[in-house]
Amino acid sequence: MPTLEVKDLYVSVDGKEILKGLDFTVNKGEIHALMGPNGSGKSTLAYTIMGHPKYKVEKGDILFEGKSILDLKPDERAKLGLFLAFQYPVEVPGVTLFNFLWKAIQANNLDSTSPRIKQLPKSVVDYKKELLEKIKKLNMSEIFVYRPIGVGFSGGEKKRMEILQMAMLKPTIAFLDEPDSGLDIDSLKIVADVVNSVRNPELGIVMITHYQRILNYIKPDFVHIMLDGKIVKSGGPEIVEKLEQEGYAWIRETTAEAAD
Amino acid sequence: MAEAIKNRIDLDYSKYDFKDEVKYVYQAKRGLSREIVEEISYWKNEPEWMRQFRLRSLEIFLKKPMPTWGADLSEINFDEYIYYIKPTDRKGRSWDEVPEKIRKTFERLGIPEAERKFLAGVGAQYESEVVYHSLREDLMKKGVIFTDMDTAVREYPDIVKRYFGTVVPPEDNKFAALNSAVWSGGSFVYVPKGVKVDFPLQAYFRINAESVGQFERTLIIAEEGAEVHYIEGCTAPVYSEDSLHSAVVEIIAMPGSHVRYTTVQNWSKNVYNLVTKRAVAYEGAFVEWVDGNLGSKVTMKYPAVYLMGKGAKAEILSIAYAGAGQHQDTGAKIIHAAPYTTSNIVSKSISKDGGRTSYRGLVKVQKGAIGVKSTVRCDALMLDEFSRSDTYPYMEIEEELVSIGHEATVGKISEDQLFYLMSRGLTESEALTLVVLGFIEPFAKELPLDYAIELNKLIKLEMEGAIG
Repeated sequence: MPTLEVKDLYVSVDGKEILKGLDFTVNKGEIHALMGPNGSGKSTLAYTIMGHPKYKVEKGDILFEGKSILDLKPDERAKLGLFLAFQYPVEVPGVTLFNFLWKAIQANNLDSTSPRIKQLPKSVVDYKKELLEKIKKLNMSEIFVYRPIGVGFSGGEKKRMEILQMAMLKPTIAFLDEPDSGLDIDSLKIVADVVNSVRNPELGIVMITHYQRILNYIKPDFVHIMLDGKIVKSGGPEIVEKLEQEGYAWIRETTAEAAD
Repeated sequence: MAEAIKNRIDLDYSKYDFKDEVKYVYQAKRGLSREIVEEISYWKNEPEWMRQFRLRSLEIFLKKPMPTWGADLSEINFDEYIYYIKPTDRKGRSWDEVPEKIRKTFERLGIPEAERKFLAGVGAQYESEVVYHSLREDLMKKGVIFTDMDTAVREYPDIVKRYFGTVVPPEDNKFAALNSAVWSGGSFVYVPKGVKVDFPLQAYFRINAESVGQFERTLIIAEEGAEVHYIEGCTAPVYSEDSLHSAVVEIIAMPGSHVRYTTVQNWSKNVYNLVTKRAVAYEGAFVEWVDGNLGSKVTMKYPAVYLMGKGAKAEILSIAYAGAGQHQDTGAKIIHAAPYTTSNIVSKSISKDGGRTSYRGLVKVQKGAIGVKSTVRCDALMLDEFSRSDTYPYMEIEEELVSIGHEATVGKISEDQLFYLMSRGLTESEALTLVVLGFIEPFAKELPLDYAIELNKLIKLEMEGAIG
């Protein structure tokens, strides 16, 4: 049984159809790259899987370990082991990242006996210890976690804040929505190092990106190209090279041919 | 999700909403008249000057029209209230001396426990009279006075006569005049020159009977270089008929002194809370109002600081929460009457279920007050589309060499904010609670720890209580 299976998914936002019959499967241990031009529906897929109320599923299904999650709220999906690293994380004034993340871990601890939950820290002492280790890896200072969520963070800090949460919450399937956008090469390497360090057979990662740059540091097992609300091409890393050389025009041509 | 945000905040009053069967020593009949004022003065066995002060204030009260600005006060009928209730014959110096039923009330409210833990002195008022008062012995030896206002009138006539009614005269407004006519109870705090009171002094005000008015009067004097932190809490059970609370607080901060006044009012939602609070700060003095308004039906309260001496400083930090049927019309008033004075106003409000919050503030800089710095920040958070928030910031600047800043935000909790927090595993109500606690954090962090915890608990109950 696949870990996460998206079947013939149609999704609209504010009455506008964005996803138009998308099929997609990801398993634990795999790394997928989801590529495509702006507006092709990559982020919509991630938001829909996480359960954002604005994204309306018109048709199709999303199955986690064989069960539909369409009726679950975002927090219930998170507790199952789904995670989304946001492209633009929000700001929450007055709430420190430290407190928030501990509350999130406690909320997860409350709900489940899954192997994933068993790895989460159970006491605030263990939590803090683990958090400080991970902050170091991300080349961040400790002060960072005692600041309010997102407030006054640079673009790079926001990306790292997301990766830090992923590393702490130990999801089963994580969507990373453009973890590379706006990062200089040094920050990109740090983010990639951390993603690589959390790679394990129990974690499936879906990386949404425009550019192949990050894929030089995080090697995907599978690459998918999205166009106009559908995955139009899937394959191995070789697709990335071809895309880099020929651009999305090549995909448009080949899919047009196929349609003929 | 936006819909689900509705009906989430409801103050939990179970802790406060209980009624006691207490037999009173004396209870005035309903309504206000010269006879009632004379009766109050008689029961208190007051000096003649205070009796005259009351009667003069009554005249002023009767002449002054109701304020037509601010909250709706048209339902107030002054004939329906009971202006004076004497619950007991004597004031206790230990809790054992307090009548059992009244003592139990304060035990339920956690007052004796807080006293043991972190307070330097406590006053407890039940209806019109203070029933308990204590002050740590070492502070007494240093000349600190902390007693109820009635006792102060009798035992410290010189100080009281010198300051009483000088900061808030009865002519100031209709409700100040009302309080001046029928005042009873309240705190008197006197801190001699250079004495620093290291732990807070607290007073707790409890209305228990129906339709009763509580009119306590508080006077705080900090002599040169003195320091004191005074805390006030208040609650009442819910009745079908409205109650009226109209207090006057006067603070005199002498040169170089520091006075902090903290209050979190949690009156039940049938109390009109119309309070005049004002301080004068002389050279280099620092006055802080930390003012939380969670309860009441209507609150009109604008803590003020008159900065009279060079380099004096004022901070007014407030939060207001208005749920269904509530209007919190609160704010701040600063008069910069001397050069190099500074002020900082931070106001946070939350409205929900058709509740209404208004910020009404004045910053005035008088001619000649050069080098003044003032910043005002108002943030309003509305949790649904039925609620309302208004801001009325007034500035009267008569001097050019000043720096004045004003910033205001009005916001709703966004779907994206909740989604983000929920995507990590928090339920919707946990996420909402977190955003609201974050919003009031600048206020909560200024409270003593136990109060901050109590405030956070109340807010959590509001959010989690009504989900589903």
